Amino acid sequence: MKQFLTFVRKEFYHVFRDRKTLLILFGLPVAQILLFGFALTNEIRNARIAVFDEARDEASAAIISKIRAGKNFEVDRILSSYRQIEASFREGKVKLVVVFPRNFREDLLHRNKAQVQVLADASDPNTASTLTGYINSILLDYQQSLSPAAAMPYRIVTQTRMLYNPELKGATNFVPGVMALVLMLVCVLMTSVSIVREKENGTMEILLVSPINPFLVIISKAIPYFLLSLVNLAVILVLSVSLLDMPLNGSLLLLLAESSLFIITALALGLLISNTTASQQSAMLIALMGMLIPTMMLTGFMFPLENMPLPLQLISNIVPSKWYYIIVKSIMIKGLGFSAIWKETLVLLGMTAFLLLVSLKKFRIRLQ
Amino acid sequence: MQEIVIKTEQLTKRFGDFTAVDGISFSVGAGEIFGFLGANGAGKTTAMRMLCGLSAPSSGAATIAGFDIYTGTEGIKRNIGYMSQKFSLYEDLTVLENIRLFGGIYGLRDRQIKDKSEELIGSLGMGREAKKLVGSLPLGWKQKLAFSVAILHTPRIVFLDEPTGGVDPVTRRQFWDLIYAAAASGITIFVTTHYMDEAEYCGRVSMMVDGVIKALDTPSQLKQQFAAGSMDEVFFELARNSKRKADQA
Repeated sequence: MKQFLTFVRKEFYHVFRDRKTLLILFGLPVAQILLFGFALTNEIRNARIAVFDEARDEASAAIISKIRAGKNFEVDRILSSYRQIEASFREGKVKLVVVFPRNFREDLLHRNKAQVQVLADASDPNTASTLTGYINSILLDYQQSLSPAAAMPYRIVTQTRMLYNPELKGATNFVPGVMALVLMLVCVLMTSVSIVREKENGTMEILLVSPINPFLVIISKAIPYFLLSLVNLAVILVLSVSLLDMPLNGSLLLLLAESSLFIITALALGLLISNTTASQQSAMLIALMGMLIPTMMLTGFMFPLENMPLPLQLISNIVPSKWYYIIVKSIMIKGLGFSAIWKETLVLLGMTAFLLLVSLKKFRIRLQ
Repeated sequence: MQEIVIKTEQLTKRFGDFTAVDGISFSVGAGEIFGFLGANGAGKTTAMRMLCGLSAPSSGAATIAGFDIYTGTEGIKRNIGYMSQKFSLYEDLTVLENIRLFGGIYGLRDRQIKDKSEELIGSLGMGREAKKLVGSLPLGWKQKLAFSVAILHTPRIVFLDEPTGGVDPVTRRQFWDLIYAAAASGITIFVTTHYMDEAEYCGRVSMMVDGVIKALDTPSQLKQQFAAGSMDEVFFELARNSKRKADQA
């Protein structure tokens, strides 16, 4: 036991004396959260648009003021001729133009049918369709406020409610993904590099010649990174709840327990990599290429898994972060309990057991 | 009769078709300085790794400090010290922290570690460097410190794998003073080296060629046997018949 504590202390010295490691450990999560939370969001704010109002009546004015009031649009200019529409698109500043034809209000009130033309710059198709969606909902809103008691005999009223994320915030999608990404990266990268470093420096031989149990060497390496990952997790959670308005609807305890499990999975993966590589560079390369890319691509937070070809969907099942991502979303956003995520937990447990078994077995083989 | 601490019989290590160590038999007595010489690739590192319990032999028998090499590896580990040709203390730990770590690994009590640290730092004259990172020390000091740490737990035998590689002659001489002091206190020294002048410092020397021990005696007897003026010539006489390329093992 005393051997073990001496060893854990040594590992902490290693971590805290290596400034670069520390920077990665604590800088990376903060940078990622801020980057993903603020820069990479799929909601659009303050898009510049132009309005060509031929009607100049109460109705068009009301709609324009509604558009101005929202946070999605900023009316950049009021146009006075059709020609100007194309000119303003060419300039590139304006993403969308709304055209109210003459007699807009008349048509609306007396013929019960009025037209609004929406022109969007579809050189970026996603932005274009998101923006037209925003405009449509503003128009619909206005229409309903106009005739609360439906005049038409037959009408289908769609009542759409965005469950769990009524404001359609991007952060709710990204934060669980970033949690998976950061924990994966920190744990896998750090453990694999730290073990391989001992091999490179020749200190691993000294340890193997000494009476210390090799398993203790490995476990004591994992402990500092486990604790630091918990600190990281806390930082991520505090940042995302306070800065990004991420909800935490479920049990915090359950979230911590599941995260600990995921951290152990990642540590086991790091051990495996370190046992199969001989240099720090190759360990780092495998950890980065082998973890970062599958985690980004196949976890589901950047690209929906449902849209992928079947082979990729199948491969995504062996990516641990996919399961952790589902778990975090279920707990934080949907507020579900353990009964809803026991399957995913079981998968992670199975992966962890498998990885630990393989890497310890490999480590058992004496150095050749 | 001197106590025997290392005894091997037909100890062999094969890697596939390649026999790195081919049936070596020798014994080393307590307190002896035993030089284990051979060209690069002769198989001495492999042999040494077997003796330390780092690598399992393919066949043959050996006892180290009274423990069987197959069944007593834990006992062997407690009774040997090891210092490899690569420098092997932690560079990002201070001198004191390294001593405390290795003391802890070998199960020394806090009190013992404290006493030993003071004694060791005093005898090496490192009082001012005790709290400096090992990485900032000159190579010669690191080597001396590594040796002192390797015998911190007063092992029966200490294995030194080319301990003086890359060190200047003066520091090498000081290093050998440490080795003599350790041997005088009853620790058996098992050392590999490339420097033939160092071979002269050893009590007995074995010469390994192509996985086999070709000669084993005191330096003066060896010189007589091969009618050579120095260990250099003895080595050359033996090694030139080697069939192995130097980089084979």
